[in-house]
Amino acid sequence: MTFALALEQLLNGLQLGVMLFLMAAGLTLIFGVMGLINLAHGSLYMVGAFACAAVAAATGSFWLGLVASLACAAAAGAIIELLVIRRLYDREHLDQVLATFALILIFSEGTRWVFGSFPLYLDIPPLLQGAVALPGGAQYPVYRLAIIAAGALVALGLYVLIGKTRLGMRIRAGESDREMIGALGVDIRTLYTVVFALGAALAGLAGAMVGALQSVQVGMGEPVLILAFVVIVIGGIGSIKGALLGALLVGVVDTMGRLLLPQLLTLFFPPSQAGMIGAAAASMLIYVMMALILAVKPRGLFPAAHA
Amino acid sequence: MLSRESLINILLAVLLLAVPLAANAYGEPFYVTLATRVAILALAATGLNLALGLGGLVSFGHAAFFGIGGYAAGILATHGFSGDPLFFGLSGTNQMPVIWLVAMVAAGLVGLLIGAISLRTSGVYFIMITLAFAQMVYYFAISWPAYGGEDGLSILVRNQFPGVNTMRPVNFFLICYVALMAALGLFVLIRSSRFGTALQAARQNEVRVATVGIAPYRIRLTAFALSAAMTGLAGALFADLNRFVSPSMLSWHMSGELIVLIILGGTGRLFGPLAGAALFVIFEYVLGGLTERWQFFLGLILLGTVLFARGGLLGLLAGKARHG
Repeated sequence: MTFALALEQLLNGLQLGVMLFLMAAGLTLIFGVMGLINLAHGSLYMVGAFACAAVAAATGSFWLGLVASLACAAAAGAIIELLVIRRLYDREHLDQVLATFALILIFSEGTRWVFGSFPLYLDIPPLLQGAVALPGGAQYPVYRLAIIAAGALVALGLYVLIGKTRLGMRIRAGESDREMIGALGVDIRTLYTVVFALGAALAGLAGAMVGALQSVQVGMGEPVLILAFVVIVIGGIGSIKGALLGALLVGVVDTMGRLLLPQLLTLFFPPSQAGMIGAAAASMLIYVMMALILAVKPRGLFPAAHA
Repeated sequence: MLSRESLINILLAVLLLAVPLAANAYGEPFYVTLATRVAILALAATGLNLALGLGGLVSFGHAAFFGIGGYAAGILATHGFSGDPLFFGLSGTNQMPVIWLVAMVAAGLVGLLIGAISLRTSGVYFIMITLAFAQMVYYFAISWPAYGGEDGLSILVRNQFPGVNTMRPVNFFLICYVALMAALGLFVLIRSSRFGTALQAARQNEVRVATVGIAPYRIRLTAFALSAAMTGLAGALFADLNRFVSPSMLSWHMSGELIVLIILGGTGRLFGPLAGAALFVIFEYVLGGLTERWQFFLGLILLGTVLFARGGLLGLLAGKARHG
């Protein structure tokens, strides 16, 4: 294994981590403020990807598609919040799981209805095509670097939004005491819709950006959703900082595990078996990591103080 | 005098037996298979109901146990058919009783392991962790090529039960029906036992249970492992019904469906899983015949049930559950 390959995979891991952060940030924000577990978050990711692919195909501009993905995912989020989600805040988690599971069925089949069963494809915008040379000689696609940069910008933006603005102050207040900020005259229902739409927009953005790397198809959000759950469980549910560090940890460990485990196992097994066992072990690695972390810290690495 | 719920339960049990027997008499084996599907899904959901209904443990990972039971049946049958030894020189088998035992022990042990870690947490953490562990088993099944990997594993000939021709659909249905009734009987025994009372008490008020000297963790872990074993048995039967096992039995959609069965029927009720499974299979058959997009309408129905009809089918028919 060369240094160049390791560096390339490390960057891939970071890119996966950044994308998971966009999903996990919305999930953890929604849980922190409203106490809601939202399985349909993966559907909003899918909505973003489809909106981007459809608008990019119609107008020829990836950037318009990106705007559309943010707008459509936020709108879809606001609509389901108004129609369904707000009836679930006072319910037990079981009801929330089921209702949002039902939303997944509706979104998946509805999307299949509108766009058909065939995957859509999304081209990388010309500005971000091509590759740059990494130290060590390997070529690395600019687009993936751009995703990492975009994720870092969003993380910074969220930090400013939540830490420094009036909306962020209300979100934090909502996390610590819902009744009290309602009593102080903050329109809590609108605040919830805004938070939900914000989380949805982040998921839609992630879907659109990843859509250019993979095909855009029904069900694309579900594997990502489950990884995002692993992320927020590791990071501590309700904590944005935990989501960021958890996402990077999961992204890097998963990617590097797939690279390193098969090679590590050649020390103990013949190469043909080592590849097979290594691949199977690597696919389970992040779950083992999650189990180990929870065995030591049952509430995750950065438990939110109140939850 | 029987309560209204008991009458409805008896009616459901009789209907599930009578419909396939009549279908068999009129030479309609398709409906027998449909009823077998209902019985097996109800058995799987009854297993989950032990943890979810009695213990309040919302496991979103029971597909893992369902699939492990299925793979136990598939792997034993494959080795039994080919004659290749399994491991440690053990041979495969095509005898259902042995397969069931292995399926229950395997699912129960994995349940013990997953439960031991997951039960350290609670609430939303528990939901997500059980989901994540089930995904771990799912990805393992996909990436491990020895037993079909992503393509799944076929069981060439349905496994045998001593003295019964299991290839006849109605015979296999009766086996599944008896298994379901036995599981429901066990559920009743557990519910009214000291153990079951402690389990329900731990759901209602954990602190009080701990105060009177019962450790909720151990009670819950036992219930979780039992629940896993029962769902594992259903998985083994499901594999024999389809004569096919694939990672889709382990997928998180399956976990979701098992919870859906309980909710459609009525949470925490003895016959909730059976009512839910019957409703689900009927939806699947009727809506699936009308439109390719039946899952869209299933989603709408489910949403309506959760938002507006929380007692499920039995809640509508038999009124509120007497104790929550």
